[in-house]
Amino acid sequence: MELTGAEIFTRCLKDEGVEYLFGYPGGAVLHIYDALYQQKDVKHILVRHEQAATHAADGYARSTGKPGVVLVTSGPGATNAVTGIATAYMDSIPMVVFTGQVPTSLIGNDAFQEVDSVGITRPCVKHNFLVKDVNDLAVTIKKAFYIATTGRPGPVVVDIPKDITAQKAKYAYPKKVTMRSYNPVIKGHPGQVKRALKMILGAKRPIMYTGGGVILDNASKSLTDLVKMIGCPVTNTLMGLGAYPATDKQFVGMLGMHGTYEANMSMHHCDVLIAIGARFDDRVTGNIEKFCPSAKIIHIDIDPASISKNVKVDIPIVGGVSNVLKEMLKQLKETGEKPGKKSQSDWWKQIEEWRAMDCMKYDRDSVKIKPQNVVETLYKVTKGDAFVTSDVGQHQMWAAQYYKFDKPRRWINSGGLGTMGFGMPAAMGVQFAHPDKTVACITGEGSIQMNIQELSTLKQYGLPIKIINLNNGVLGMVRQWQEFFYEGRYAMSYMESLPDFVKLAESYGHVGFHIDKPEDVEGALKEAMKIKDRAVFLNFITDAEENVYPMIPAGAGLNEMILI
Amino acid sequence: MRHIISILMENEAGALSRVAGLFSARGYNIESLAVAPTDDPSLSRMTLVTSGTDEIIEQITKQLNKLVDVVKLFDMTEGEHIEREMMLVKVNTQSKNDREEVKRLADIFRGRIIDVTKDTYTIELTESCERLNAFLESLGNVSILEVVRSGVIGIIQGDKALTV
Repeated sequence: MELTGAEIFTRCLKDEGVEYLFGYPGGAVLHIYDALYQQKDVKHILVRHEQAATHAADGYARSTGKPGVVLVTSGPGATNAVTGIATAYMDSIPMVVFTGQVPTSLIGNDAFQEVDSVGITRPCVKHNFLVKDVNDLAVTIKKAFYIATTGRPGPVVVDIPKDITAQKAKYAYPKKVTMRSYNPVIKGHPGQVKRALKMILGAKRPIMYTGGGVILDNASKSLTDLVKMIGCPVTNTLMGLGAYPATDKQFVGMLGMHGTYEANMSMHHCDVLIAIGARFDDRVTGNIEKFCPSAKIIHIDIDPASISKNVKVDIPIVGGVSNVLKEMLKQLKETGEKPGKKSQSDWWKQIEEWRAMDCMKYDRDSVKIKPQNVVETLYKVTKGDAFVTSDVGQHQMWAAQYYKFDKPRRWINSGGLGTMGFGMPAAMGVQFAHPDKTVACITGEGSIQMNIQELSTLKQYGLPIKIINLNNGVLGMVRQWQEFFYEGRYAMSYMESLPDFVKLAESYGHVGFHIDKPEDVEGALKEAMKIKDRAVFLNFITDAEENVYPMIPAGAGLNEMILI
Repeated sequence: MRHIISILMENEAGALSRVAGLFSARGYNIESLAVAPTDDPSLSRMTLVTSGTDEIIEQITKQLNKLVDVVKLFDMTEGEHIEREMMLVKVNTQSKNDREEVKRLADIFRGRIIDVTKDTYTIELTESCERLNAFLESLGNVSILEVVRSGVIGIIQGDKALTV
């Protein structure tokens, strides 16, 4: 029996096991929406802006490990989705985005709502396709999911002209696809692993520096086992938080620009650096000339192009993090060799001295609400078990610093692209994936307004997300840089004309709290956790003078932190 | 250093723009680029000439390999290879002197005069990039009206071949 392109589309999603499709209808995708209407397998979630659809799919993907799926129309539907696609690309998140396109006969004619979606998205996707024949539709969709979820994951765009969705073809969803031009290396070279182990076992001051790759490849368990066996300190990047339990003693905190003193000093003074699923981002390395001056570097990554891109590596291991770590554990057990506790005892003594500096201290007796305190209290009230999304800015750093993530996939933020407006829509995706879990979005009054329209989506689906708005009335991170580096000329970092967030939330049928006293923080958060049938908007009026510390200023090395 | 990179890629719409886009997005140089289908119509072969430090060339080859449409690539400059580029040059030959000089030079460089008018000669020359430059230089005072170059192509010397 022959199906229309639109029916083939919905069948493909069903056969691919897609649970949720985040999207927004429009002219070019009307056939598809008609087919979606007539089936029950794939649940379509209607957002209020296409950017939010991509972030919601992204949040779904980050919290589950399954690909996020998006459907938008042609033209502005596609361009609105670009920010979310780029966000997913920078953080290597598996996502498949379907964009409607004008009919093939009109492509190139400047038709209504026509844009070159394949051209516009090319630099921010892992791959993209334009479907020109209905007979290719199913296999193209299969390829899209295959590419998005294997190797170094990433977003894939499939552009589907409207006439293709009306034409008919026989339906068969391929079980497997192979592509001669795409064969990611999954298994690490055992010889390289052996060399790396030898180097690690001989180290006096080793440290593991791990990133989002560990979480993407579900390698947290192996990482934890390995760190325990080696007995060395471990630090996580912003993207890697939760890969190793933050409450464990061997964890020295996040590293980088706003990392802990002990993490950055340990990095600077280590003799062997084991980088795992991390990419030596400029926010991590600080001044590259001064980076880890006495270290031999081992780098495990699935993407060969990440290796020796920013920092020259001594032992590269190309492969899936999970596979490589398992191989490493296997070899370690076979040899029976173990680094003696003694060999690192001087190293740990030094690290404890750095840790004793207590770089995360802040004024706990302030009469104003300290943003750090809100995050710490959220951690306490949720017993460290919430899914936390964030937007971008100071609040994002405080969330990363003060919420101790013991499990992977709990911390969801836009690390690479730094997309304001990410937090609330991402939280929607997380809540759909985990309906019974607490999902909190830590945000600020600047970021939340970038996708504030999604309050309406929360209402439509009764999503009980806790919005933790750290409202200091300023674009905090911009203000902080202006204070430090522009002699206090606060150009455009002041947020005038803020809405009454409580009333705004209430107008959508949500619950709104206004909190301006430190003693009310815990009570408000506890109250919010009791509400399970709708969203809660907690508007915390926080100290605008508070800055994110510690900090590595631009051009400085990891050992040149500004402490309070 | 100058490198000639040969790429076998899926002969699909947009494949060329993926390569060109990669170079502009990452700030790499392209000195020349030549592309056409191979004997296998599903495969295109692209030859691009670029330059950079060893680190940059390593990144370029890695990033190219990462493109889903790229099947295989080879840096010709790593070993013995033959490079060729075709050039068409139209020159002003109004004076008898110039006509004789151009004819002589074309012979020396093993070029062919493929079009003649009252006032012009058009010469075809297939050589290495360097030799083509040498030819243009040797024209000296002869007035050049037009130069068309195909971009460099290359092939591995000996019995090794770049195939799928």
